[in-house]
Order: sequence, then structure tokens, then C-alpha cells
Amino acid sequence: MGFGGPLTVTTPDDTQIVITRQFDAPRHLVFACYTQPALIRRWLNGAEGWVMTVCEFDARVGGKYRYEWKAPSGYVMGMGGVVREIEPVERLVSAEVFDDDWTGGETVSTLIFDEESGRTTLVNTLNYSSKEARDGALATPMADGMEFGFSKLDAVLTELKVQE
Amino acid sequence: MPTPAALDATFQALADPTRRAILARLAQGEASVMELAEPFAMSQPAISKHLKVLENAGLISRGRDAQRRPCKLEAAPLAEATGWLIEYRKFWEKQFGQLDDLLDELKRLEAMAGKNN
Repeated sequence: MGFGGPLTVTTPDDTQIVITRQFDAPRHLVFACYTQPALIRRWLNGAEGWVMTVCEFDARVGGKYRYEWKAPSGYVMGMGGVVREIEPVERLVSAEVFDDDWTGGETVSTLIFDEESGRTTLVNTLNYSSKEARDGALATPMADGMEFGFSKLDAVLTELKVQE
Repeated sequence: MPTPAALDATFQALADPTRRAILARLAQGEASVMELAEPFAMSQPAISKHLKVLENAGLISRGRDAQRRPCKLEAAPLAEATGWLIEYRKFWEKQFGQLDDLLDELKRLEAMAGKNN
């Protein structure tokens, strides 16, 4: 059983999402879990019922990474990126793009690993190319396990219509 | 998390069938007031009033082009009202729960390796 701290997700400005989480482990282990494919695929395996089918990560500046997940319906979601900065166990900056590009271009992800008394605080700042891109990311299939963000809007609108 | 007042504004804006139809139309892409007024038996000023409500709720934004001022759907308030943000959070909670378990395993392995040294 793990003893991680609470997760916070905030949108401090129009183009950002910031994810913060504590882990009851030293940062060299958390860093390893973010940069070694054999470890990444053990935890970043997608929404309920999804399977991670591709997991590559070349942990050096200019190194590429690539992830693919398969939904129960057979839909494949892929994303890839390039490592821009890497300071082992402390910091990892990468630029990523989803294949379906609902986030409207490149997203820069900055991961900061802070360690105190054997615990790690991870702060992941995601900088989107625009507000629309950020909003799109919040509605990704990955986030809601659906295949098209606006189908959720449609469902809500239909529901409201029925209630009338 | 959205404030109760922000959620009220969102739901109040969504409570009207014309405004919902406008949002459904904008989900397909931006449109001018004239284009939006077309399918409704309504004057442009009447449509503009609805657009104002949607704009105040942050559900749409208007372009800067003075002539056309195209309307665009803003997903964030809807994401908050319909739980997208909650789903996004839930997704990461699940992933990090798995990461917790993996880290525990790695810590045990390290401790064992330490004893062998």
C-alpha cells in the first residue's frame, strides 16, 4: 500500500494546468518511474480498462518519447514528445503533442522533483499553446475515458433537454 | 474548483433551450451573430441578449473583429460544471495510486540491496 499525499489539480492561469502530488519515496525513485520505460508502463497505464501498448522514453536532451494506449473499444490514443531539459532526479522539461492534437499544438511539461525527509513533492506544470488548448486537454478522452470530449457536452445538453 | 456563484451562472445560462442550441452550434465551430440567428425565429437583438448571458457566464467569448465579432465556445466553465476537471483529477489519482505501489516495491528492493552491501 502506498502513502502518497493528496493530489491537487489547479488552473492558475488560462493556459496552465498544475498537478501536485507527494510520494512517500525519495526523488531518485520517483524520477526513475518517470524516465525508465519499464517503470513508466507499470503505472501510467491509462484510464480504467485502457492498456498501454507502446512505451518508449529516451532520457537525454533531444531524446524522444512515445506512449500509446488502447481503449476497450479499440480506439488507440498516442502521444509523443522530445526531452528539452533533464537534470537527473530534480527536473525534467519536455514538449509533447497528442496524435489527435485536441490540445492544439505543443504542450510544455515541466516536472520538478523536491525531496524532504525521504518524501518527494512532485509538481507538474503543463503549459498549453492557448486557452483553447488547455480547455481541450481537460476534456481529453484520457481524462474522462470517452473518445470525444464534446460528446460529454452533448450528453449534458440532452439531459437538460429531457428534464424540461 | 469553481465557486458556487460561477456554477450558478453556468447553470443559469444553460437553463434556456435557445442558449443550449447556440452552444451546441458553437461546439461545431465559431459563428457570427447573424449565422447564429439564422435557425431561430428571432431577431438579432434577441439573440444578442442570449449571447450576453452566455458571455457573462464565461461559456462563450467574442472575437475582436469589430464587424463580425464571431462567437466561440469556451470549454473551461463547462469542464468545471460537467465534471471534466473532476474526471481529469480522478484519472491522475488512479495513475498516482499505482505509482505509490510501484515506489513501495522499489523501496523494498533498495532496502534489500542495501542489506547485501
